[in-house]
Amino acid sequence: MTTTEVENFPGFPEGIQGPELMDGMRRQAERFGAELIADDVTAVDLRADPKIITVEDRTYLAHTVIIATGSAYRKLGLEDEDRLLGRGVSACATCDGFFFRDQDILVVGGGDSALEEATFLTRFGRSITVIHRRNRLRASAIMQQRAIANDKIRFRWNAEVVAVLGADRVTGVQVRDTVTGEIDEIDASGLFVAIGHEPRTELVRGQLDLDAAGYVVVEHPSTRTNLPGVFACGDVVDHIYRQAITAAGTGCAAALDAERHLAAREDEAGQTPRAPAEAVAS
Amino acid sequence: MAGVTQPVTDNTFTEEVLKSKVPVLVDFWAEWCGPCKMVAPVLEEIAAEHGDKLRIVKLNIDENPQTARQYQILSIPTMAVFVNGEVDKSIVGAKPKAALLRDLSAYI
Repeated sequence: MTTTEVENFPGFPEGIQGPELMDGMRRQAERFGAELIADDVTAVDLRADPKIITVEDRTYLAHTVIIATGSAYRKLGLEDEDRLLGRGVSACATCDGFFFRDQDILVVGGGDSALEEATFLTRFGRSITVIHRRNRLRASAIMQQRAIANDKIRFRWNAEVVAVLGADRVTGVQVRDTVTGEIDEIDASGLFVAIGHEPRTELVRGQLDLDAAGYVVVEHPSTRTNLPGVFACGDVVDHIYRQAITAAGTGCAAALDAERHLAAREDEAGQTPRAPAEAVAS
Repeated sequence: MAGVTQPVTDNTFTEEVLKSKVPVLVDFWAEWCGPCKMVAPVLEEIAAEHGDKLRIVKLNIDENPQTARQYQILSIPTMAVFVNGEVDKSIVGAKPKAALLRDLSAYI
């Protein structure tokens, strides 16, 4: 979660900072007894009963699991990209644009996020070059108009980044023309990668049904996956809306689905019947 | 935000960080950086738990551009561990606590 400003979450008319929103959600969940463990899950066995969740040195067992691993920035996948991360390579314009004042900056991508970053970076950079593999943008018309009207932004069409150049810090990139195959170099000190997102489904691959792009398949409008007791929600499922509020909404749905699954399971097992609900006068 | 992690500045950097007897993690941050805000409470926790072995301080890069420039910070948060006045390890980007602890295992 690297979003700074969330402008469209209902109930926050002035917008809210992403971390602040997350902190509020966390405290709200804790108020109702949720126990939060911040750790990286290293393996899951979702077919086992109970299901097994492994973090590095510990194992958790559960009758239901909700997968909400979200999505991550897609990388170019070049060797020097990792090496020069934080040395001119960045995935966060709002964080790092500041460091490239009056310098030449490259933005890779052709969607809304690429143009949003490019437009934002014009506050700092001397020039912004958007490198895109095709000769037309995927971005919405309004974002395109805004970017094209900006004198500082230029476009390099039909170009694919094949190498990031620089010893200690980025000095430029090597691009290959996707039409002619010609190799060329572009000088710059900053490289912002905005080529979309990838669902974080490495953990569940082979256990849960995924679609061609790697997103978890659920039985819409429920959050059920192909395995009983396993639910999925948020950006790991959704590549269409991808908003904080839509993710939160499906998160609520997943919690209800999980609760019902547990209740049904208890009934089946013929365990102690649940206490009859008290009538509530209204 | 009052906490265990103390701020350092361009002026105090030499004394507080470079001359420190124990390793010092410097969190290069700024007000407008979302991931910095995410990682700050995690660093507070690590400082509270492991402060005896690893000092954790924070440097606001807006207010202290000289130090940020000197260490060629180009991305924040950058968490640089200084041992005997030299950068021994540099961690770029916010991470969950477990991942940070792994990265810092040599010092704590």
